[in-house]
Amino acid sequence: MYVAVKGGERAIDNAHAWLAEERRGDPSVAELSVAQIRVQLALAVNRVMAEGSLYDPDLAALAIKQARGDLIEAIFLIRAYRTTLPRLGASRPVDTGAMRCDRRISATFKDAPGGQVLGPTFDYTHRLLDFKLAAEGELPQAETAQADPAPMPRITDYLNRDGLIQPEPAAEDTPPDLTREPLELPANRALRLQALARGDEGFVLSMAYSTQRGYGRNHPFVGELRVGAVTVEMDIPELGFAVEIGEVELTECETVNQFVGSKTEPPQFTRGYGLTFGHTERKAISMALVDRALRWQELGEDDTGAPAQDAEFVLYHADNIQASGFLEHIKLPHYVDFQSELELIRKIRAEASAAQAAADREAAE
Amino acid sequence: MGLLSRAPADRLEALWKTLGIDDPAFHWLRAPETGGVMVRGRMGGTGAPFNLGEMTVTRCALRLKQGADGHAYVQGRDKAKARRAALVDALMQTDRADDLRRGLLAPLAQDMADAAASRAARAEATKVAFFTMVRGED
Repeated sequence: MYVAVKGGERAIDNAHAWLAEERRGDPSVAELSVAQIRVQLALAVNRVMAEGSLYDPDLAALAIKQARGDLIEAIFLIRAYRTTLPRLGASRPVDTGAMRCDRRISATFKDAPGGQVLGPTFDYTHRLLDFKLAAEGELPQAETAQADPAPMPRITDYLNRDGLIQPEPAAEDTPPDLTREPLELPANRALRLQALARGDEGFVLSMAYSTQRGYGRNHPFVGELRVGAVTVEMDIPELGFAVEIGEVELTECETVNQFVGSKTEPPQFTRGYGLTFGHTERKAISMALVDRALRWQELGEDDTGAPAQDAEFVLYHADNIQASGFLEHIKLPHYVDFQSELELIRKIRAEASAAQAAADREAAE
Repeated sequence: MGLLSRAPADRLEALWKTLGIDDPAFHWLRAPETGGVMVRGRMGGTGAPFNLGEMTVTRCALRLKQGADGHAYVQGRDKAKARRAALVDALMQTDRADDLRRGLLAPLAQDMADAAASRAARAEATKVAFFTMVRGED
């Protein structure tokens, strides 16, 4: 039961004023600018854009500042802002094959055409704290080399040419949109991918990890991981043609997984797919593994009862804003709810003790 | 329009100032409006489309007093930049087109090519050159 309770406004106002002071922290330390967050905490900004499901680095940086670095709170702010935006339309599907790659690696083919490009990666670092960063440092300088203008074809295209992997035929269906219609089951792959792309990185990572440990195992290889800039185009009705409306940084992961086949069809590798805003490769790889696990039905695999195969479990628990909204609401006042529980438990205890007393009397007589 | 949509607002404004063109008289066909565009991807990069997430876009449309229409769809939330982009788009249909192409669009294109080349050069330096260790036996 919910009843309106008044009072507490002064306490709330003062709590928010103190929050603002705490956010700023020790005034003898220089204030962090939104631009500093955008540029120097870029991977936090990327996560907020990916899970906030809105590509706008300045807004994500502002949200991180306002949330005092609590990324889920920042994602909440972005999601709330997103709902105020009128929808101007949908882009043409981006061409990730034409990505201007900062990073592009394949774990399946050493000599991939276009090469193994490591990009600005944490891989192969020793994970030792670098105390030089705590001191005033010199301006770091990356090495450069004469760039090779050759294209970077998709790794899966090679397997595809020989029919060794399931094709991914182009289609032009209008995909369902869970920001317009509530997510309902059964969810087709387009809807699942949208939910995973905005899902919590930790949750999607754990689900993916569970498949690797044997709960719905599907033997993934990272066929290709690429990170870079992609042009976004949209058809403009009043102009009658498509124009470039901007550029986004994306991470794409294609996995090559265990094969399926039948008496009539020769065995083929299968695919998992991950695509995320920003440089967010842990999330993109996780997304690809979970996408693959959720495809068990269309690929004719057995339901092993693994959590990662359960679309309802995965999709209804992946969203950290839904999850934290429901979880955190229980800390808000529930006085009346609790009062009725208190009365109930007192009544049951009184009845139980009366019955016990009666039984004791009987035994004494 | 692609150049204008991605150009940094301060760079666009600075280049405009170098042209010495006064803001022409115009009226709005659609006042600047910020909204979201749903960015789509394809399954497996080549398959059926799905909704990835939105991006912020600001659009406007205007008509110059002398007649030409200008449209702008620019990334982000900067209404002043959208207005500038739409004015440039409209003026590209007038006798100012050559000035704009030379003094504004070409430098913007060069900036973007330079930025892309600078990232590509850094990426190239991180390309792995595999070699096989020679083993002892023949």
